[in-house]
Amino acid sequence: MSNKKSVWTPTYILRSLSAWLVALVIFFPLLFLLVTSFKTELQAIAVPSMWLFEPTLENFTEVQERSDYLHYAWNSVVTSVLSTLLGLAVATPAAYAMAFNPTKHTKDVLMWMLSTKMMPAVGALVPIYILCQNTGLLDTKFSLIIIFTLSNLPIMVWMLYSYFKDIPHEILEAARMDGATVAQEFRHVLLPLSMGGLASTGLLCLVLSWNEAFWSLNLTSANAGTLATLVASYSSPEGLFWAKLSAVSVLAIAPIVVFGWFSQKQLVQGLTFGAVK
Amino acid sequence: MQFKLGAAVLGGMLAMSSAVQAATELVIATVNNGHMIEMQKLTPHFEKANPDIKVKWVTLEEGVLRQRVTTDIATKGGQFDVMTIGMYEAPIWGERGWLKELDFDASYDVDDLLPAIRSGLSTDGKLVAAPFYGESSMLMYRKDLVEKAGMSMPTKPTWDHVAKVAAAIHNKDEGVYGICLRGKPGWGDNMAFLSTLVNTYGGRWFDMDWKPQIDTKPWNDAISFYVDLMNKYGPPGSSANSFNEILALYNEGKCGMWIDATIAASFVSDPSQSKVADKVAFAQAPTKVTPKGANWLWAWALAVPASTTHSDEATRFIEWATSKEYVELVGEEAGWARVPTGTRFSTYENQNFMKAARFASAELQALDSADPEDSTLEPVPYTGVQFAAIPEFQAIGIAVGQQISAALAGKRSVKDALKAGQMAADREMRKARYY
Repeated sequence: MSNKKSVWTPTYILRSLSAWLVALVIFFPLLFLLVTSFKTELQAIAVPSMWLFEPTLENFTEVQERSDYLHYAWNSVVTSVLSTLLGLAVATPAAYAMAFNPTKHTKDVLMWMLSTKMMPAVGALVPIYILCQNTGLLDTKFSLIIIFTLSNLPIMVWMLYSYFKDIPHEILEAARMDGATVAQEFRHVLLPLSMGGLASTGLLCLVLSWNEAFWSLNLTSANAGTLATLVASYSSPEGLFWAKLSAVSVLAIAPIVVFGWFSQKQLVQGLTFGAVK
Repeated sequence: MQFKLGAAVLGGMLAMSSAVQAATELVIATVNNGHMIEMQKLTPHFEKANPDIKVKWVTLEEGVLRQRVTTDIATKGGQFDVMTIGMYEAPIWGERGWLKELDFDASYDVDDLLPAIRSGLSTDGKLVAAPFYGESSMLMYRKDLVEKAGMSMPTKPTWDHVAKVAAAIHNKDEGVYGICLRGKPGWGDNMAFLSTLVNTYGGRWFDMDWKPQIDTKPWNDAISFYVDLMNKYGPPGSSANSFNEILALYNEGKCGMWIDATIAASFVSDPSQSKVADKVAFAQAPTKVTPKGANWLWAWALAVPASTTHSDEATRFIEWATSKEYVELVGEEAGWARVPTGTRFSTYENQNFMKAARFASAELQALDSADPEDSTLEPVPYTGVQFAAIPEFQAIGIAVGQQISAALAGKRSVKDALKAGQMAADREMRKARYY
């Protein structure tokens, strides 16, 4: 006879059910999107919604025929990956300096960086549009990379700063005692210790850049549009294209969902490490 | 030998690259409407006939398109060579010199364009945008339900009669609502329809001194009637419904009547989209005190922004896309029921089209009767049927639309909504120094 206490207590069951319910509510719009993408336009507008129907791939075929999906997907990959790498290259030394050599103004600087996220993006639209126009950067991937990097930088610095703060100073001091230069200390001690933090910060920023729509819609036209602009192009003021809109949305989120699935451990760690300190 | 081969390959590559470079890239901004999608599909025909031009499409959501195009024109960005604009923007932007005058060959037959549409897209008599497709508004109703209720629908009904029919065919238990009308706030959403209702009730947006008239009796009568009608016979949640939402309801057989853009006729009568395609009939938009302004007039048009460096090529494209030949091409390639309508007399003279589109004569009648220069009972200083073609109208239309939508949702009384709308309009007009 086992003395082990059963985990199936009423509290446990209630908590599990609540968690599943919340997860289902959050997941439902995505499920609805996925299901609608396999319907015909007539099935998509049915009231009440149809859940049993003969699935069709015609929406995906038409999206591919009408739009160059790979062109938009490539733009999304280039802008999100490069802006993430560039952001990490700038944010890592900044966070290092503030975590290990703080001054009396460090907190103010951090708060100032965060405050730049408080202004709605549309507030800066006209000056940035004119800057891009005057420098010939309208409708280029380069302008999106710069803007994505700058808009994600405060979050990256904050996340890395929090992560670096958890690393004991003594380890770095020991390395210095052994004669390591700052670069060596950074490369051989700090980077291996903070690889998890760097990965989770990078992943989060990759997702944010991938999903960014405001600047992509406003600064690109024929060449540098990302998947967010492709999705927006399927919205219609006069005509029902719900099934096609769902299909293009599924195609837009599919790569990042797959990527997120494989890297969810790092992502969750990145989102929660500040909270459990 | 190797050198000669290398030189030949290099020469070939250079020739190819110069051929590629020689093609002018034309960037066209448009919206995702059915007719525009068809135009994109048929573009290879234009490119084949014009090998020096390569067309690139930028399809945007309507609101984003307006914002992008406005920003681009105002900052002289030159991002687009051809723009899809509406009848509201054309005269305002044309007057400011933001659009190039369109000068076509005689074969284009500019006199074939419907006069009201042509006039609405011109500044000082010069065409600044070419109509791609035009629309008015009309009544689409379920003939089977009306007959079953022992009622009839004249070709030119009154609002009183429409209210009686709505009461007779309303069957909430079976999920059929007497009438579906726009309620979602927006100058191009609920206010497009409500402006025509106010017009026919004898109201107007502004008097001759540009003073807003929103708190006057015709407005109060029209909006009270609308709110009452929708509360009694409209579908639930009407304050969130605009064109697409009602189209979905109508095609599902949930609406007995619907007054909206004539373009909807092609959707509701298409069996691949509508469950009630064979049961739909058409009549003119209902009237009350005056027939003036009872049905709107709108056109999606193609224009060349002043900032483009490819105006000749852009004009050539517009000439092709808005020509009689293009209509023929769509008819042959996609079917006559899918040709862009509401722009040319010749389209309605085409027997193939008239046979394929049973809404055609009602549509032409609606387009013919709409006059943006004379759309109200009392004189007004503005042009436009369902809008006033002044830059301030967008903000005013949105503010008033929000108030009326709130009244429809039961959050405030009609009187309070109109009072708040009047104050918002007055503030906007004072700010713009109209008085």
